[in-house]
Amino acid sequence: MSPATPPVLDADALIDDPDTRIVVCCGSGGVGKTTTAAALALRAAERGRTVVVLTIDPAKRLAQALGLDELSNDPGSVPGLDGSAKGGSLQAMMLDMRRTFDEMVYAHSTPDRAEKIIANPFYQTISSSFSGTQEYMAMEKLGQLCARGEWDLIVVDTPPSRSALDFLDAPQRMSTFLDGRMIRLLSSPARAGGRGLRKIVGAGFGLFAKAVSTILGGQLLADASAFVQAFDTMFGGFRERATKTYELLRSPGTSFLVVAAPEPDALREAAYFVDRLAGEEMPLAGLVLNRTHPVLAPLSAARARTAAENAGSSRLAGAVLRLHADRVDLAEREERLLARFSGAHPSVPVVRVPAVAGDISDLEGLREVGERLAAEDELPPPATGTVHQLR
Amino acid sequence: MTSSAGAADPWAARLHVVSGKGGTGKTTVAAALALALASRGRRTLLVEVEGRQGIAQVFDTAPLPYEERRIAVAPGGGEVRALAVDAEEALLEYFEMFYKLGVAGRTLRKMGAVEFATTLAPGLRDVLLTGKVKETVSRRENGAPVYDAVVLDAPPTGRLVTFLDVTRAMAELARTGPIHSQAEGVVELLHSDRTMVHLVTLLEDLPVTETLDAVRELQASDLRVGSIVVNRVREQWLPDRSVASAAHGRVDAGRVRSGLATAGLDLPPEVIDGLVAETVEHAVRVAAEAAAGDRLTRESGDIARLELPQLLGGVDLGALYELAEHLCEQGVRR
Repeated sequence: MSPATPPVLDADALIDDPDTRIVVCCGSGGVGKTTTAAALALRAAERGRTVVVLTIDPAKRLAQALGLDELSNDPGSVPGLDGSAKGGSLQAMMLDMRRTFDEMVYAHSTPDRAEKIIANPFYQTISSSFSGTQEYMAMEKLGQLCARGEWDLIVVDTPPSRSALDFLDAPQRMSTFLDGRMIRLLSSPARAGGRGLRKIVGAGFGLFAKAVSTILGGQLLADASAFVQAFDTMFGGFRERATKTYELLRSPGTSFLVVAAPEPDALREAAYFVDRLAGEEMPLAGLVLNRTHPVLAPLSAARARTAAENAGSSRLAGAVLRLHADRVDLAEREERLLARFSGAHPSVPVVRVPAVAGDISDLEGLREVGERLAAEDELPPPATGTVHQLR
Repeated sequence: MTSSAGAADPWAARLHVVSGKGGTGKTTVAAALALALASRGRRTLLVEVEGRQGIAQVFDTAPLPYEERRIAVAPGGGEVRALAVDAEEALLEYFEMFYKLGVAGRTLRKMGAVEFATTLAPGLRDVLLTGKVKETVSRRENGAPVYDAVVLDAPPTGRLVTFLDVTRAMAELARTGPIHSQAEGVVELLHSDRTMVHLVTLLEDLPVTETLDAVRELQASDLRVGSIVVNRVREQWLPDRSVASAAHGRVDAGRVRSGLATAGLDLPPEVIDGLVAETVEHAVRVAAEAAAGDRLTRESGDIARLELPQLLGGVDLGALYELAEHLCEQGVRR
């Protein structure tokens, strides 16, 4: 069996290209997006670029490694960089969803009106727990960073959503939600919505509105209504912003990296995402298959297991052979999963990033990940590669 | 059913809530648990609430509708049914019951009105989902419960307590009405020995930290933790005494070579180097897992702990039965 080998994703070529202005790391939760984004940003900076990385919810130690001890909604410099001779620099920030939203409200409204919106209890709900807010605010922040023009490369991590697609859909969902049609219908169904709509829904709607207000409570609906009315005036600005960011993501300077772990769920999400990007005409740089376990010694699992039976008194050799056999099995499974992905998406470049033992807790660890990201073909000897060659 | 220590037998509960950090395999564990609890002729229901169709994927079937249907037969004549609960459907179900909306209900859904209502009050969604789960737990037929146990594939630990804390969600909602009284029943069920939360973890730093946080959070909210399920436990091949030194890169290549020669393998030096490198990585991982395991033991008190092996070939339907068997062997039974 010899499945077509996917093209290799050349991470260094991507980050060294001065035309690459934005790299978006996306993928489903728990696959190592944040670490990948940080490692890539560090590598780009140490290779001479002026970089900012926007992280969403980094693990504590990774945040510390990036100097993100304090919550700040603005980028700060990451200390301890190598290669300053090349003139690069790295700044990092962690998204503060609530503050980004507040700033947005102030930017698009008169101070008076902004105060009113922010004081509305309904705003608290929307800005903290609406399921698309984080995605929307990540996009907004990306737009802001881009507009500042202080960096020649922006690396973006995406929210740990259930599904990778939420990132693309959230702004649209949020817009639909905030455009006020529904709230007007619910708060005064008799006046809003137009005759056509009432005709379709008929008397059912009145009942529905009544039921909803019974369940949600009249106060909540009133708050929501006041919020949407206040929001109305700045809604145009919001929508324009979202559209602009969306366009930014489709521009030639933007590249998407889809990150996946070698697990069926993560690769399935990655496949959906790749299809979706193609549909939106958004530029895909490739797939990062994160935390793989390449075989480091060309010896088949069957041979290793047989030999282990015969290792006799040498417990060490027996253990070495058995752990090698397990690793071959694991690597084969990972390659099989990747082959399934590549079979359906043969043109998507891939880089395998072997797992780093232990947590990433400092820049040294990030550098290590960066090297693995960039050096598929020149890993420490003996070279990795597909298991098929090893047979 | 209570032991002298005062802790209830977790497997006697009617509702088993399975959660864990993303990526720890909670859906697989929930499925294996539903199978294990259905053995010896029982009937269990496996429920998902996040619209991910994770159950269908684990059992390799077509997407589940909002309807209970048989998904697997358990050893000993039992059966597992599955249900994908959808908050919007559940809301329409209520409206149907109390307001007789008819066709208008469907139209409203198409317009996004139902999604809008559940978005307006995020707690409403959770009240509806847990409400449906409660209904399946307490449903009776001919004087006996329809399900011997219900297993809920719950949201990940980060969202778990918010999800289960229906009391708080209710504060956002009206003080009266059908959903209110339903919610009271849910609160009562969730905060009793009839409900147990099982937390799935891996022996890695972050999942263990998140699990321990979840234990504290759950206990503070008066929710019971039934067990911690350590998933994907890998075989440790190195003798204990060799782990520490190997993890620091000290593997005696000469001894490996002569041992391999004894076993009839005469390998070139670069292959030996590769094997040694793999051994060091294995040892680093084993040492890290041992440390994570120790921390879990130290900080999780007397909560029962179950272990499931890593299946190198991946999880298919056969593997699911194998995992269920492991759970039965560790005392999981109705």
